[in-house]
Amino acid sequence: MSDWRFTARQLAKNPLSLTGVVIIAIFIIIAIFAPLIAPTPAGQLNSYMIPRDGYWAEPQPPSAAHILGTTQGQYDIFYGVVWGARSAFRVALVVMSITLLIGIVLGSLAGYFGGVLDEILMRITDIFLAFPWLILAMALVVVLGPGLKSVMIALIVVWWPSYARLIRGDILQVREEDYVEAARGLGASSGRVIIRHVLPNAIYPALIMASLDIGAVVLSAAALSFLGLGAPEGYADWGQMTQFAQNWIVGPLDNPLKYWYAVIIPGLFILFFVLGWNLLGDAFRDIFDPRLARR
Amino acid sequence: MDTLVDIRRLKKHFPILGGVLRRPVGAVKAVDGVSLAIKRGQWLGLVGESGCGKTTLAKTLIRLWKPTSGHIYFDVPDVVKAEIEMLESQDKNGSKLNSLLKENDLGTFSSSRVRSFHRRAQLVHQDPFTSLNPRMKIKNIVAEPLKIHHVLSGHAVETAVEELLDKVGLSSGQLERYPHQFSGGQRQRIAIARALATKPEFIAFDEPTSALDVSVQAQILNLLKDLKREFGLTYLYITHELLIAESVCDYIAVMYVGKVVEMGKPEEIFHTPRHPYSQSLIAATPVPDPTRRVGRIVLPGEVPSPANPPPGCHFNPRCSRASDECREFEPELKLISNDHYVACFYPL
Repeated sequence: MSDWRFTARQLAKNPLSLTGVVIIAIFIIIAIFAPLIAPTPAGQLNSYMIPRDGYWAEPQPPSAAHILGTTQGQYDIFYGVVWGARSAFRVALVVMSITLLIGIVLGSLAGYFGGVLDEILMRITDIFLAFPWLILAMALVVVLGPGLKSVMIALIVVWWPSYARLIRGDILQVREEDYVEAARGLGASSGRVIIRHVLPNAIYPALIMASLDIGAVVLSAAALSFLGLGAPEGYADWGQMTQFAQNWIVGPLDNPLKYWYAVIIPGLFILFFVLGWNLLGDAFRDIFDPRLARR
Repeated sequence: MDTLVDIRRLKKHFPILGGVLRRPVGAVKAVDGVSLAIKRGQWLGLVGESGCGKTTLAKTLIRLWKPTSGHIYFDVPDVVKAEIEMLESQDKNGSKLNSLLKENDLGTFSSSRVRSFHRRAQLVHQDPFTSLNPRMKIKNIVAEPLKIHHVLSGHAVETAVEELLDKVGLSSGQLERYPHQFSGGQRQRIAIARALATKPEFIAFDEPTSALDVSVQAQILNLLKDLKREFGLTYLYITHELLIAESVCDYIAVMYVGKVVEMGKPEEIFHTPRHPYSQSLIAATPVPDPTRRVGRIVLPGEVPSPANPPPGCHFNPRCSRASDECREFEPELKLISNDHYVACFYPL
């Protein structure tokens, strides 16, 4: 209880952290209440598919029927960005949690036990880190077949090695601490020492990096969608909506900003989502920083 | 008094890795053939200067580290030890010897047996600022050994923790606090409470007061005295503060470069040392008495590196009494008077 109050006070102290919290809170609300904010039209089976109003290419400006207008192919922008928040959270949380899990398990094994195991695991991460990540991710998505699931798998594959590395490094440092030796001296098993003594003191840098990286994951997923490797056409996904807009960035000569809504709105959603996580990551860093004057 | 801990010819060498392939190219002989017996109920003081292998000896004895060679017997009957010695002297690597060693020699125990051994023997670290997990509450720190060894469960753990903290002089109102909220002396009390939790028979202290203020040192020493009496504990007490060793210990072992050079009762060690090294060590003790002028003995040269100790007696390059014999042969610990052992060919 007091921990929570402490966290809240720590957040409130820093206006930037607070901004991050507010932004992410708004996105969470949007994602949870998507069915209320942008109700799925009757008769549509998959809520994640954006309803379209016709088939002609040119985006249409905001109107009573489409409050944020329509993008290329007459997909409703408002519906797309609202339900896109759900896709963004799903990609971000699934990718980040699996990445962290792999990183923690492999990093702990390599760092705590060392020796041959460490050597093997770290050389494997070297191999993964040797590839340019976007090329590797694209190749994987192509092999697995385009789709949101493939994007998530590809991002996990390119992302875990840096976490395994980071966690291993922190564990190497913590395992030499006296209290770890003391725990072994009490008769604790390796598993208990890792879980109760080493990880709680070694994991915070990784958690902070994860919260900072969530934005990057969403950005990368958007990049893959933008390249046409992401969600199927019409799926509520911010990356894909920026892809729809790529032919409409510049309007006709007499009105170059004619299609601003098609470009700016999905772009702003991505921007704020990433910004929110980055600010929150900084806040986490302040909160998790060990031995803060917690009274 | 029977012998609780018996160390025989214990060695702990740390390999020095070198070259591209990280092959061992040498070894730091931190503990190089130590034989030491601690009787039940004894408070044995292990003294020596920094780097002589005191801490390594304690950590190897408690099996945080695996010994390179030698035997560690914990509460093993003399008959069994004698049988092992006999079988070894016959130089037959028989299965009987192996099974006896496996059963009794702590140095050969599997990791799970070592873990259950830790219920009976504990180590208190030197620095209480690093030996407590900063992310655990005091109640969990002290309760951990109870949970590890399944001694108690549920509500009984909490009661036991309160009792333990009370024993070391901390109030139970501090259960929910974290280590950084305590002073050094309090932290060392917490570490002691943790060591006491499983009701061990033997506790090794690795300079438990060297990180503390002088006034707090006295409190901790008094606490250790009381606990020892109350629980019938046996202590191995490492220190480089000879005055402390003299005042609290009832047996003293002096170490020099990985070896015990002299053992005996404190009054003998401190007043009639028989080994030239002990003599100079004791002469170097600062005595808070300006009228007392002690003849200083300045040793020539420096402490040899444990990675490359001199042949023969390790003390020979600095010893005024050294002869060719000392440069060639290593002296063994020999009984020279009642309960007083010296490893020197020419004792004082």
